[in-house]
Amino acid sequence: MTSGPSHHSPANQSSAAAEDAALRKPLRGPDVLALPGDEPFRKRMPSDVAPGTVQRRNSFRFRGRSLLALALTPELPVGGWLSDLDRWLRSSPGFFDRRPVVLDISWGKLSKYDFAGLLAELESRGIRLMAIEGADPSWVGPGLPPLIEGGRTAEAIESADFTAPKKGRAARPPKNEPASLLLENPVRSGQTVFFPDGDVTVIGSVASGAEIVAGGSIHIYGALRGRAMAGSAGNSRARIFCSKIEAELLAIDGLYKTADDIEPDVRGRAAQVWLDGNAVRVVALG
Amino acid sequence: MGKVVVVTSGKGGVGKTTSTAALGAALARTGQKVVVIDFDVGLRNLDLVMGAERRVVFDFVNVIQGAAKLPQALIRDKRVETLYLLPASQTRDKDALTEQGVARVIGELRPKFDWVICDSPAGIERGATLAMRHADTAIVVTNPEVSSVRDSDRIIGLLDAKTEKAEKGERIDKHLLLTRYDANRAARGEMLTIEDVLEILSTPLLGIIPESEEILRASNFGTPITISNPSSAPARAYLDAARRLKGEAVEMSIPSDKRGILNKLFGRRAA
Repeated sequence: MTSGPSHHSPANQSSAAAEDAALRKPLRGPDVLALPGDEPFRKRMPSDVAPGTVQRRNSFRFRGRSLLALALTPELPVGGWLSDLDRWLRSSPGFFDRRPVVLDISWGKLSKYDFAGLLAELESRGIRLMAIEGADPSWVGPGLPPLIEGGRTAEAIESADFTAPKKGRAARPPKNEPASLLLENPVRSGQTVFFPDGDVTVIGSVASGAEIVAGGSIHIYGALRGRAMAGSAGNSRARIFCSKIEAELLAIDGLYKTADDIEPDVRGRAAQVWLDGNAVRVVALG
Repeated sequence: MGKVVVVTSGKGGVGKTTSTAALGAALARTGQKVVVIDFDVGLRNLDLVMGAERRVVFDFVNVIQGAAKLPQALIRDKRVETLYLLPASQTRDKDALTEQGVARVIGELRPKFDWVICDSPAGIERGATLAMRHADTAIVVTNPEVSSVRDSDRIIGLLDAKTEKAEKGERIDKHLLLTRYDANRAARGEMLTIEDVLEILSTPLLGIIPESEEILRASNFGTPITISNPSSAPARAYLDAARRLKGEAVEMSIPSDKRGILNKLFGRRAA
């Protein structure tokens, strides 16, 4: 037990579990099947790695994140717009606190000079920008929020907030309704079903070359021949169920298993797929 | 008002053009007024299979661009007089087809014919999507092999999404036409079985066309098989499929050229 992984002793196991929790995000490879050879690689703390050593990773997990930002669109003359803004801030102080704010100047009649002034004015009002949209790339040096593009306009953010808020009638958070998506037709090759809010149920088959991505579990009353990715929003308890498993790819919470790794004795049978630690398990149902 | 049918597949070489010609001729032989349209601009074939390649003066693209009137471009078949062909242009490409132009031509043909059969090019690009755009009914031509089946599945998905009917929230009628079926090879496990294909595509079957040399011979002579040799196995399969398309209940069978013992006896006695 000098060089090999010493994860057999109980003490080490618990510390390994803690490490594992700390390392969940960056260091999990694809479907690490708890093979002895994989263990040391997976459980090494970043501090263990000598500076300068390049650690080989099977994969690096990135997750998309979308959130609703408030877009500030100044109007000309900027001075007038700023005094309007001040009026807002007087009636709803703290409106911009902890809200992601994007400055949108893509209508583009602002000079570089005006732009710098505007940033200073916003800063003096305590409005911190998350990003800038539509500015000339040369204006946005280091130390300024990054330049972005491709933002889409969403519904106006609770305009109730803009009117003087009445005491005791705070904007109610949206009701947490159970979300699920029911598809009554087969999912055809080339189609993608993306439902990050909850479970997806398909009455029919999912064809080879089709893809289902669900935030929750996936239930398929038919053959699964395409790709199914459950728990895409970081839910390791999500599962995949299907009445016939011939999948091209199975994934739960970003860990995946390809067709070649599915045990041959399960193939073609009703099955469920879940995440057992870091291993994607596929077992026959019934 | 006539019915607009698209014959499509995704994959090339599975028998779309042959099937268009054979079904068009089969329907026309029953007295129905039929026009077959070649959507494969740039790689036209339907005129050859119909034996009309020497009679093409104006084509689909000319009509769309207003250079010719629709009646000038329509070619009437010499053997079956209710059968017409609207040929594609060989010198242009699919970009010459415009959405409005196709809509106008189909709109003009629909009231004049009982059946408007659109022969789709392979692929899922512009030509194929325009061919299926106005269809009421789709015939998905599939060979019993995995790549063809998967491409057909893709096309069925597009039919449910990109056609005018689908966009209006209606359902487009879809039928599966299994072509190049070889019973012996299927029995040896070298091909997907009919059950496999139906299970994967979950689409009702219009017909099973057996693999046959007759088909190639008919294509090379420029005669749809249902005209040149209507008693051959593939022609009988197409004739049955055409009757099913008209809504008749015809029992599903795979016609065969091999004669049964009774046929042999009967054949000898007649000879």
